[in-house]
Amino acid sequence: MSMLKNHGKLERHSLLLTVGILIVVSIGGLVEIAPLFYLENTIEKVKGMRPYTPLELKGRNIYIREGCYVCHSQMVRPLRDEVERYGHYSLAAESMYDHPFQWGSKRTGPDLARVGGKYSDEWHLDHLKEPKSVVPDSIMPPYAFLAKKKLRVEGIGDDLKTLRFAGVPYTDDMIANAEADLVAQASPNQDYDAEDALIARYEAAAERKGTLRIADFDRNPAEITEMDALIAYLQMTGTLVDFSTYEADDLSNRR
Amino acid sequence: MTEHKPDIDELSGVETTGHTWDGIQELNNPLPRWWLYVFYGTIVWAVIYMIFMPAIPALPGTGMTNTPGIRSHSDRALVAEEVGKLNAERAAASSQLLDASLEEIETDMNLQQFALAMGESAFGDNCATCHGAGGRGAKGYPMLADDIWIWDGTLAGIETTLRHGIRHLEDPATRNSAMPAFGRDGLLTAKEIDDLVQYVVKVSGGTADMSAANRAAPVFAQQCVSCHGADAKGNRSLGAPNLTDSEWLFGGEPRDIQQTIYNARNAHMPAWQGRLDDATIKALAVYVHSLGGGEK
Amino acid sequence: MSAHTTTRDQSGWGFSIGTVCALVAAAALGALIIAANAADPMMAAHAWIFFFLTVSGLLVTGLWAGALNGRNPFEPTVYEDTIVKFGVAAAMFWGIAGFLVGLIIALQLTFPNIFYFPDFGWTNFGRLRPLHTSAVIFAFGGNVLIATSFYVVQRTCRTRLGGGMWPWFVFWGYNLFIVIAGTGYLLGVTQSKEYAEPEWYADLWLTIVWVAYLFVFLGTLWKRKEPHIYVANWFYLSFIVTIAMLHIVNNLAIPVSLTGSKSYQLFAGVQDALTQWWYGHNAVGFFLTTGFLAIMYYFIPKQVNRPVYSYRLSIVHFWSLIFIYIWAGPHHLHYTALPQWAQTLGMVFSIMLWMPSWGGMINGVMTLSGAWDKLRTDPVVRMMIVALAFYGMSTFEGPLMSVRAVNSLSHYTEWGIAHVHSGSMGWVGFISFGALYCLTPWLWKRKALFSKALVEWHFWLATLGIVFYIVAMYVAGITEGFMWRAYNEFGFLEYSFIETVKAKHIMYIIRVAGGALYLIGALLMAYNLVRTALGHGEAGEAAPDARPANAPALQPAE
Ligand code: HEC
Ligand code: HEC
Ligand code: HEC
Ligand code: HEM
Ligand code: HEM
Ligand SMILES: [Ca+2]
Ligand SMILES: [Ca+2]
Ligand SMILES: [Cu+2]
Repeated sequence: MSMLKNHGKLERHSLLLTVGILIVVSIGGLVEIAPLFYLENTIEKVKGMRPYTPLELKGRNIYIREGCYVCHSQMVRPLRDEVERYGHYSLAAESMYDHPFQWGSKRTGPDLARVGGKYSDEWHLDHLKEPKSVVPDSIMPPYAFLAKKKLRVEGIGDDLKTLRFAGVPYTDDMIANAEADLVAQASPNQDYDAEDALIARYEAAAERKGTLRIADFDRNPAEITEMDALIAYLQMTGTLVDFSTYEADDLSNRR
Repeated sequence: MTEHKPDIDELSGVETTGHTWDGIQELNNPLPRWWLYVFYGTIVWAVIYMIFMPAIPALPGTGMTNTPGIRSHSDRALVAEEVGKLNAERAAASSQLLDASLEEIETDMNLQQFALAMGESAFGDNCATCHGAGGRGAKGYPMLADDIWIWDGTLAGIETTLRHGIRHLEDPATRNSAMPAFGRDGLLTAKEIDDLVQYVVKVSGGTADMSAANRAAPVFAQQCVSCHGADAKGNRSLGAPNLTDSEWLFGGEPRDIQQTIYNARNAHMPAWQGRLDDATIKALAVYVHSLGGGEK
Repeated sequence: MSAHTTTRDQSGWGFSIGTVCALVAAAALGALIIAANAADPMMAAHAWIFFFLTVSGLLVTGLWAGALNGRNPFEPTVYEDTIVKFGVAAAMFWGIAGFLVGLIIALQLTFPNIFYFPDFGWTNFGRLRPLHTSAVIFAFGGNVLIATSFYVVQRTCRTRLGGGMWPWFVFWGYNLFIVIAGTGYLLGVTQSKEYAEPEWYADLWLTIVWVAYLFVFLGTLWKRKEPHIYVANWFYLSFIVTIAMLHIVNNLAIPVSLTGSKSYQLFAGVQDALTQWWYGHNAVGFFLTTGFLAIMYYFIPKQVNRPVYSYRLSIVHFWSLIFIYIWAGPHHLHYTALPQWAQTLGMVFSIMLWMPSWGGMINGVMTLSGAWDKLRTDPVVRMMIVALAFYGMSTFEGPLMSVRAVNSLSHYTEWGIAHVHSGSMGWVGFISFGALYCLTPWLWKRKALFSKALVEWHFWLATLGIVFYIVAMYVAGITEGFMWRAYNEFGFLEYSFIETVKAKHIMYIIRVAGGALYLIGALLMAYNLVRTALGHGEAGEAAPDARPANAPALQPAE
């Protein structure tokens, strides 16, 4: 076997061996990952997706910080039992603004891709403070401290700017008003102009009405807490896409 | 000596490659045949599989996507088909369910069983999280397995509740009413509220501080009877609970009652129309109705 | 700076100390600046930790260098073994810490009433789980890999480790990374990318450390006295090179501020998902597989004193393994929104990965031919062979789980956890234990281990622990997988989600028992190794060379 004889060369030249290894381990990734950036059919064409509002984004960052993804997936697979249990299977389009993605790899708890709107804010509050108070057999950790932690508002504009750099279509307007938008979404019936401006900005991005809720998510009007942000995020997961614009039969939407 | 001519390993009688590293040598055994053949087998299988399934991405700039494979497989098409098939199997029974009245469902054994199975299945993942397994309730979430109803315990009433929710303001037909936050909004003083707590404890049959309760009687008559009634037995059309039974939605400890009067609760239940289909909602209504306290 | 005052001969080592200190001092200064301007308390905490640890490192280095009196501390004619000793100690320490955290999170899922604390965010499962995975894989496994690679590359190249002070930079720099990563999880600093959770600044630091590691390793290969590079070093090299590539690409992120801890991933959604699992799967492939196969290729032939079974198999399985592994990542994304074509590639390459994986097992196990009795007489050999058995099992199971139909059942369930732990507790754990049991008497020049009986105890406790753990998780995983998809006679979902949670409780209890046994075994091992190093019991007084007879004496490399 001459191929094996030639192997002696690689065994004698460490640089040759290094370069050989590098070439061999580069191929698979290139062939698999690069096409996702240029193939037309990677992300479905649907209406309704918009960037996260500042409050939702904060909530999402808390979701990440607390490691909710170690127990919860956000990816409903196109399998009969899953679409019956959780709702419509997840589209690639639904996570197109997710830096990073939160599909998860283990379901110690149920999938959360479509939990938005499924429960009331109070329920989330009760559940996050002490899951066993509403689901006695739950093994989910309690997160009572979130309701006591004031949410940091300053600097959220920088977060939006960073995300815009990574490709999320935040407008100058959204970035300039990020802090005001954050406060407005968690403070209903206080500054109606701010509320209207917030709604206008994000509904324009979604090209759709009713994708945004303003509420005192943690039932504590005195303060905007981390709990407000987390519940605001949970309440919008999976609610953006207008499924009437999704054509399941379109060849390019096949998975 | 580190490099020498190929040697024969004494124990196995196999040639070595002639190198030694820190005393370690290598035998020049051939590749195990079975190993090689299984490896080839997996490669052949892989090629065949790739011919049948979408597999190879196109180069950039070609405007093409990927090889579709002979089977042009799609999980999304398959699941649509499977759910469609399942729905077709259920169709006969569920359309019967949609058309039938309560009496008909309760007299038709098969239909009733079907409705209960459907309702029970949907209840587990959608409702039990609030109302508890079997509808036993939790603090803040009413028990559905008793005969106490805040809004309406008839089949049609339950169905309306499910469809539109309670205080689910995105749905204009939702059941709506709001107890004022007497303390927070400064309608009553803290002292008056403490007295009212004793009054509520009294009318519910608990042991109360009678002088406080008596002090509160006129306040109750002024502020509360419009919803809870002069006899404090509640008003279903407003979703105002009966305060004279010993069942509590938000807890019967004085502290709980104080909280209710001070802040008001005005709990929400989501509307399920849109999230669940009509047959499932009706089946859920039948199921809830059957839990114990369904009214005619 | 100090270089020009010394002789030419000394300038080499002086230079390496100087450059390392300059780099560390620059990093310390950077940390100080960040600490003073930190945009958030987490970053402040990290910058201060980093600053104090690097400054302590500089102080210790200064004291040590001052005491040298012009003596070359990196004497080229002797092996650098002190650093390997540190590596062994670090591995043992982090191993026990990681197993303990594993046990704690297993207890949390089993007895949430006792082990959850609503007011202490840092104790919750979501923060402790990454602490466990990073502690066992990167802290325990990483230190085993660094220590053994430094030991093996010196012996098989017959030369001292290259780079003078730089290997020390690699060792301490890496452990500093671990401290930053671990404290980060507790503080809530995470990118949420599994097995790559540390934030951008820790990633950046690791990149520097890793490049240094690559150069130290290559530098040692360059000055080797053996004409050929030994197979173990191919595996180490592919592990180091590929991890560098994976680490850099998967951690492409944009910090919100250079003085803040938060960053956003460069890629989003489906592209981010595939990049993550290209990384995640190959962290398994190149950290937990090729790295530990390198260990196998040195320590098994050495300990049983037999030649490696087949040179040709080494070549073929090495190249096919590293080529195919890279493609298999999409098997973590079956049935997701990842386009079907990528899922197909992930699946078929996983199947083709089966035999290349088994090549390593065959080469290891067959190396015993002619010395099978060692399985009975030497518990350390037995440990390493059982490691290979677990390796064979999980690399058969892996391709099986990559079949889409199987994955639709196993994905998201405890089955995955069972697979992970047969691979990691069985293969990674046992091969590491074997290597540490070999290394300790060799490094501290002892006749034997303090107690062989304790090794027997460790072996049986840990084996039983793994069996408890994985059998329980297979049962739990398959049960929940079937419960999730169970339909009743009327055609409706039979179980609610919470019922499937309840059904696993007994299996969770059994897992706790298994984890406890495994941890006890590791504690016995630590005790045994410490007593060995101290020369107690059967270890006896210092022996000139405790290694197998055919080894050339621990000699000057010339
Ligand atoms: C130890 C694992 C674990 C962690 C960590 C965890 N959860 Fe859960 N979660 C569960 C389990 C188990 C359930 C199901 C039982 C229940 O409803 O409590 C659940 C249920 C839920 C539900 C209800 C889903 C539904 O459709 O019924 C939500 C919402 C939720 N979790 C959110 C979160 C958030 C947000 C976090 C992080 C802050 C989190 N979880 C962290 C285990 C976990
Ligand atoms: C987010 C929590 C939540 C969920 C999920 C939920 N409910 Fe409710 N439900 C409530 C609350 C809170 C009330 C009481 C509202 C009030 O105070 O009037 C209620 C009231 C009801 C009532 C009226 C009881 C009465 O006495 O009139 C019915 C019937 C009911 N729920 C059935 C269901 C069913 C069936 C489901 C599942 C499809 C469901 N609920 C899901 C929170 C929930
Ligand atoms: C505008 C109507 C309205 C008025 C006035 C009102 N209530 Fe209520 N009350 C309600 C409603 C509706 C509920 C149920 C709230 C819910 O379901 O979230 C309720 C609930 C309660 C409860 C909780 C019962 C339980 O089971 O936990 C108490 C106690 C109570 N009210 C006392 C009072 C007292 C005392 C006053 C007068 C100071 C008062 N209410 C005035 C509408 C009213
Ligand atoms: C005392 C021994 C151990 C115990 C008790 C233990 C326990 C656990 C637990 C409870 C989990 C979380 C599972 C879940 O989320 O459902 C876990 C995950 C994990 N453990 Fe361990 N573990 C142990 C040893 C190890 C070792 C030795 C390794 C690796 C060398 C390891 C690697 C991992 C990995 C990679 C995961 C994540 C799996 C995934 O995300 O799919 N564990 N472990
Ligand atoms: C031929 C070799 C292997 C293949 C094809 C393979 C395949 C798989 C598959 C398909 C999964 C995904 C499970 C799921 O989420 O559905 C998985 C998960 C995993 N495997 Fe393997 N496996 C192999 C070998 C190993 C070995 C040897 C180890 C450990 C040393 C290992 C460690 C892991 C870990 C840690 C995960 C969990 C990843 C996560 O979700 O966090 N695998 N493997
Ligand atoms: Ca995982
Ligand atoms: Ca990272
Ligand atoms: Cu994998």
